[in-house]
Amino acid sequence: MADVRIAGLQKYYGAVHALKGIDLHVGEGEFAIFVGPSGCGKSTLLRTIAGLEQLDGGTIAIGGQIVNDMRPRDRNIAMVFQNYALYPYLTVYDNVAFGLRARKVVEPEIKRRVDEAAAMLGIGPLLQRYPRQLSGGQRQRVAIGRAIVRQAQLFLFDEPLSNLDAKLRDEMRGEIKRLHREIATTMIYVTHDQVEAMTLADKIVLLRDGRIEQLGAPLDLFERPATGFVAGFLGSPSINLIPARLVARGNGAAIALATGETLALPPGRTEALAGKAERQVILGIRPQHISRAIGGKMPSGVARVSAKADLIQPTGTRTFVTSHVGGVAVTVELGAHDVGAQGSAVDYAVDLNRSILIDPETDKVL
Amino acid sequence: MSFGYSRRRGGGRLLLRYVLASAVTVIFLFPVYWLFMISFKTADEIYHVPPVWYPSQLQLGSYLVLFRDGDVLAILNSFIVAGVSSLLAMIFGTFCAYSLARFRTGGEHLAMWIISQRMIPPIAIVFPIFLIYVHFGWVDTYFGLILLYTAFNLPYVIWMMRGYIADIPLELEESALVDGCTRWQTLWKVVFPMARSGLMATAVFTFVFAWNDFIFALILTRTEVITFPVQLTHYFGGQSNFWSKIAAMSVLGTLPIFVAVTIMQRYLVRGISLGAVKG
Ligand SMILES: Nc1ncnc2c1ncn2[C@@H]1O[C@H](COP(=O)(O)OP(=O)(O)OP(=O)(O)O)[C@@H](O)[C@H]1O
Ligand SMILES: [Mg+2]
Repeated sequence: MADVRIAGLQKYYGAVHALKGIDLHVGEGEFAIFVGPSGCGKSTLLRTIAGLEQLDGGTIAIGGQIVNDMRPRDRNIAMVFQNYALYPYLTVYDNVAFGLRARKVVEPEIKRRVDEAAAMLGIGPLLQRYPRQLSGGQRQRVAIGRAIVRQAQLFLFDEPLSNLDAKLRDEMRGEIKRLHREIATTMIYVTHDQVEAMTLADKIVLLRDGRIEQLGAPLDLFERPATGFVAGFLGSPSINLIPARLVARGNGAAIALATGETLALPPGRTEALAGKAERQVILGIRPQHISRAIGGKMPSGVARVSAKADLIQPTGTRTFVTSHVGGVAVTVELGAHDVGAQGSAVDYAVDLNRSILIDPETDKVL
Repeated sequence: MSFGYSRRRGGGRLLLRYVLASAVTVIFLFPVYWLFMISFKTADEIYHVPPVWYPSQLQLGSYLVLFRDGDVLAILNSFIVAGVSSLLAMIFGTFCAYSLARFRTGGEHLAMWIISQRMIPPIAIVFPIFLIYVHFGWVDTYFGLILLYTAFNLPYVIWMMRGYIADIPLELEESALVDGCTRWQTLWKVVFPMARSGLMATAVFTFVFAWNDFIFALILTRTEVITFPVQLTHYFGGQSNFWSKIAAMSVLGTLPIFVAVTIMQRYLVRGISLGAVKG
């Protein structure tokens, strides 16, 4: 087990500046997830930690030891690749044993560890098969088995589940979480799936264009995003972003939508926004924080907005409704029976206590 | 696709296919058959009109003569020269290919330049090489021929192996590196097993090239390291041709290739089609 400390990390691919100064600490036994849109540098960062890419500046320390110039094999890490990286000419057993043989572990010990890992992953009956005789999910287990037997101080995963179908992905996600609890090794995991990030991580590292946009516990990022980008990346369906204007109203402040409605901000928010009245903002509100208005009087900080249900998508448990509010399409998550027919009028209760305001110029949350 | 189609059509088409395939096979194999037969015939039978389709008995005389006079040493020479040069070309070429494929050594153009070396017609360079060899005293030596065939096969090996290696998923090597292998170990444990079909196919082709070469061997050998194709020409005389010797020698020269291709068939087909997909 080891922690990972990265400071001022720079990486270029020719003219492409892939990592632009990464500072990061992943604690011992922590499950950290690198997440972000395609091309933001997740894989590059992971591969640099593994030693598969040379870095162009800064330092990486694993377990307190600087590994900048260390070969991958000397870093004592295990890595699971997106396409499993199983050797087609070796049996499952030999695939799992590969890393141990490379390190000259004695055969009885290899057998003990392979059997143990196989039992943990439920691949015992497959040990004599070849990779081509396995399903995608089984291959993934074998690939994870290969990493486990190594008993490395750090585990790296690069989108290990992205080739699996949705159901299998859910299942394996659970297994990986269980695995982390059982072996308690430091893990770094790359994904661009925000659900994976939210469910697995102790710490989410959200990357954007070679920089860390925000890092923290999943719920921290979800509830207190630092930027509109973070708010938009986490949560499903995505947060609604409505262009609006901040205006003074009485001794408080309100949000004026492009379509004319004004929504009073709760008193707590007004103080934080003091002196910032009369400016353009983007109102960020999650689909879960808009509900159907019931009764005439709204609680404090909750605004009533009337709209039409343009598009209704029931999922069985929840129903997603798309309406036009403030000139943009807004998604609302309602109970399964909360809405009538397509095109019918709905009154929404918008919970502004849970909303965020974003500066359209800097993308920062106010 | 067309196979599935015809299978459903059943009997008639399948029969036609077999008949056609058999006919083509007979046409292609007949010269080989004839060659074998001549080598077993007596002089009378060889020149007999109408032709004798198969000899009355298998005469081994032609072969005995070749062994008695030491002509078969030419086959041994071919073996040594083709074998050693193929081995060297495969070893050096595969490492070069790995470097080109994985480290982009020399950029895109170096690989192209290397294969362009193979396109030079041998006859265009054989005389300069001859002069150089005379100068260094390499004419009619194993070293001379081995050096030449190695050099001539290298571009081909590099080009082919570069393609096969580029087809191996990088992840497999990276995984091995992380798991504890050095670069050299990944070559042994990942690259060679993954490229096995390609290695075999390429090795067979380099061997066949050196085995079949005539022009270099003709000009660069005298008496010591005469190879099998050159030896064969000695049997075409001004007055008459020694058909029985020609046939027997040809059979002896064909057999090793025949055996090699039969053993390697599995890899050859896969190796060649791998290359084909790569394009
Ligand atoms: N070998 C390479 N050569 C040149 N540029 C590269 C190379 N690898 C990555 N890049 C560039 O570096 C940037 C980061 O790439 P990286 O693969 O780390 O993205 P990623 O976040 O893993 O994306 P994805 O989610 O698509 O896997 C991209 O702009 C990419 O084009
Ligand atoms: Mg990636």
